[in-house]
Amino acid sequence: MIAAIVILTALALIFGLMLGFAAVRYRVEDNPVIEQIDAILPQTQCGQCGYPGCSPYAKAIVSGEADINQCPPGGQAGVDALSKLLGIESKPLSNEYGVAQEEKLVAVINEELCIGCTLCIQACPVDAILGASKQMHTVILDECTGCELCLPPCPVECIDMVLLDRNIGNWKWPCPDDAADNIDNIGDDQASTASVSTSA
Amino acid sequence: MSDTETAAQQQWAFHGGLALPGHKQISTTAGVQNLPLPEQLIIPRQQHIGKPAEPCVSAGEHVLKGQVIAHANDYVCTPIHASSSGNIVSIGKQHVAHPSGLKGTCIVIDTDGKDEWIKLEPTGYEDMNPSHLRNLIREAGIVGMGGAGFPTFIKLNPGIKENIDTLILNGAECEPYISCDDMLMRDRPDEIIAGMRIMRHALQAKHCIIGIEDNKPEACKSLYDALGDATDITITRIRSHYPSGSEKQTIKILTGKEIPTQGLPLDIGVVCHNVATAMAVYRAIELGEPLISRVVTVTGSAVARPGNVNALIGTPISNLLDFTGVDYGNLSRVIIGGPMMGFLLQNRRSPVTRVVNCLLTYSHDEIKPSQPPVLPCIRCGECARVCPVSLLPQQMYWYARARDFDKVQEYNLFDCIECGCCDHVCPSNIPLVQYYRFAKTSISEQEQDRRKADVARDRHDFRLQRLERDKRDRENKRKKKLDALKKSKGDGMDAKQKAIQDALARISKKKAAQNTQPGNISNLTTQQHQLIQEVEKRRARLDPFDPNKKSDHQNENNQ
Repeated sequence: MIAAIVILTALALIFGLMLGFAAVRYRVEDNPVIEQIDAILPQTQCGQCGYPGCSPYAKAIVSGEADINQCPPGGQAGVDALSKLLGIESKPLSNEYGVAQEEKLVAVINEELCIGCTLCIQACPVDAILGASKQMHTVILDECTGCELCLPPCPVECIDMVLLDRNIGNWKWPCPDDAADNIDNIGDDQASTASVSTSA
Repeated sequence: MSDTETAAQQQWAFHGGLALPGHKQISTTAGVQNLPLPEQLIIPRQQHIGKPAEPCVSAGEHVLKGQVIAHANDYVCTPIHASSSGNIVSIGKQHVAHPSGLKGTCIVIDTDGKDEWIKLEPTGYEDMNPSHLRNLIREAGIVGMGGAGFPTFIKLNPGIKENIDTLILNGAECEPYISCDDMLMRDRPDEIIAGMRIMRHALQAKHCIIGIEDNKPEACKSLYDALGDATDITITRIRSHYPSGSEKQTIKILTGKEIPTQGLPLDIGVVCHNVATAMAVYRAIELGEPLISRVVTVTGSAVARPGNVNALIGTPISNLLDFTGVDYGNLSRVIIGGPMMGFLLQNRRSPVTRVVNCLLTYSHDEIKPSQPPVLPCIRCGECARVCPVSLLPQQMYWYARARDFDKVQEYNLFDCIECGCCDHVCPSNIPLVQYYRFAKTSISEQEQDRRKADVARDRHDFRLQRLERDKRDRENKRKKKLDALKKSKGDGMDAKQKAIQDALARISKKKAAQNTQPGNISNLTTQQHQLIQEVEKRRARLDPFDPNKKSDHQNENNQ
């Protein structure tokens, strides 16, 4: 009887120590979910969600402060991915924060109009604008996330958002469903009605 | 000869596939003809898988045939050469043969008609180390000429593999209508075999097999004759069954081995090259010629004289159509490649590249006025039965349509070779391969976006760090100044007063220094004393603080 109590107490002590050690030694500093959410977010750092960047938005989602449908650049696909990660019901993208862009846009500076005020450089969240005071500025297109944060500060409105150039390198095959001549035939319901109407 | 034939009997079958009518005899009646030199060559900088080559010539420059006009600036890249001598007219966007119909950067050369070569440097290969040999093959701009255009030098690198078991030359050419490899094997068997031996040297492969579909007996015979009594290469006739010419299937037929999913032939110790590539390797090493021309099959019902032509890279496709007597009035469309895997040519000025193997023309009578309607999938399973990679085309179709790209990858989408067998047998006329291509390119785009997002995250984090650091620096500076101020106040003296006192101390020190006596005025003659006095008098008159004396000073100077 006593032996059993002693043994069990000893075991409890040993395991307690092990767990205590593990809790200190392998402590996770950040909530790993924040990182996982951040990995899904598009990293435009545009602030349309109402938070100053993607990582703060991820933190806000985890803390329950923000909803998962506040990121227009991520689009519906982003909302779906977040709902899948968090195991909650997906919902349509909220219109409050902006509209999802179908095509990717990038900022282009009209270099003839630029006065070199550096305001856009200070606004760019990813340091994608190059220039110096009273020198012409230019956007590094490969680094531009299309966040549009450089547009409001520009005093001469010389920045335009343009469609990213489609070239052979980034071209993708269209979905046959999107092809105009197929659209009537391809949808299952329409196709069956179409075949019925032709046979009738 | 009979030995090699019997030794080569064992073959394996791959799953599915189709027995298709060949239609090859249309273009094999005459030998390969040389196309007349075109007036203009349009040479795209992207003729291979990988990064486009970087042009290294400028408009107005004169180039010789075989001269490098675009450098390789990445590992997966090959240089591009001028196909004939002439002047560079422009470097800019031109129509190219690409399914997108988009323009690509091309170097346009007006040929001068002299067709003047640069100095060629044949090297031979027997004593050369394989790495050097691969470099030469790269410099010659050789890429896989079966259609994919993957740089050959990479596929000739065994990498960390100690030894390659089997080198396969693919002469199957399974797609209907195409006969350029067939004609090459008939006309140039020696060069193909010599090229294969060079490849074997580069890879140090143990076995060499040439696989040819049994619908090309002439090609087979001519290769046997060229091989003679040599036993180092085995020639195997394989069953004509589409897509036996696809790399994975050829390897399966000839070795019985299957390439692991998303793996390379190298993973199972096999390397497979096209016969035309072997010939290009031979010409590069033994003759020093870079890859500047290729054989193209021009066939189909709208052509008067179908056949194979040897065209310079960069020749406009319209030249080939003219040469073979195409009836433009009756020409409905031109397909680049074969009927199964080819794509529609959108502009006839597009040039021939290293990977254009066939121009298949269709006349108006052949094209039905209305395409058969696309019907819903009835789950008949025909597509899965014919899939040569044993995939589940139906499942992939559903998930690709639903844009569920994770799921479609679970069904091994990227192992699909886009052979078109499933399309061909689908009773509902569903363009299955188009869905797979759409899914594949969408996934690549997503991955690219993901990579870009990672870069953006890093840049944003770095920016935040930088701003933080700047703020800290400013804060530190301010603190330092404040401390200094406090310290000076702590001495019981105003900082301003201290500065004034310091300045006064400096001035007095300077004055003291000025009062020192010059050491060279003792023992002077009376004359010298007189001179000194005169100078002193003048100096007294020139007191700078007396404005009345200023004019005198000036007069003095003038004198």
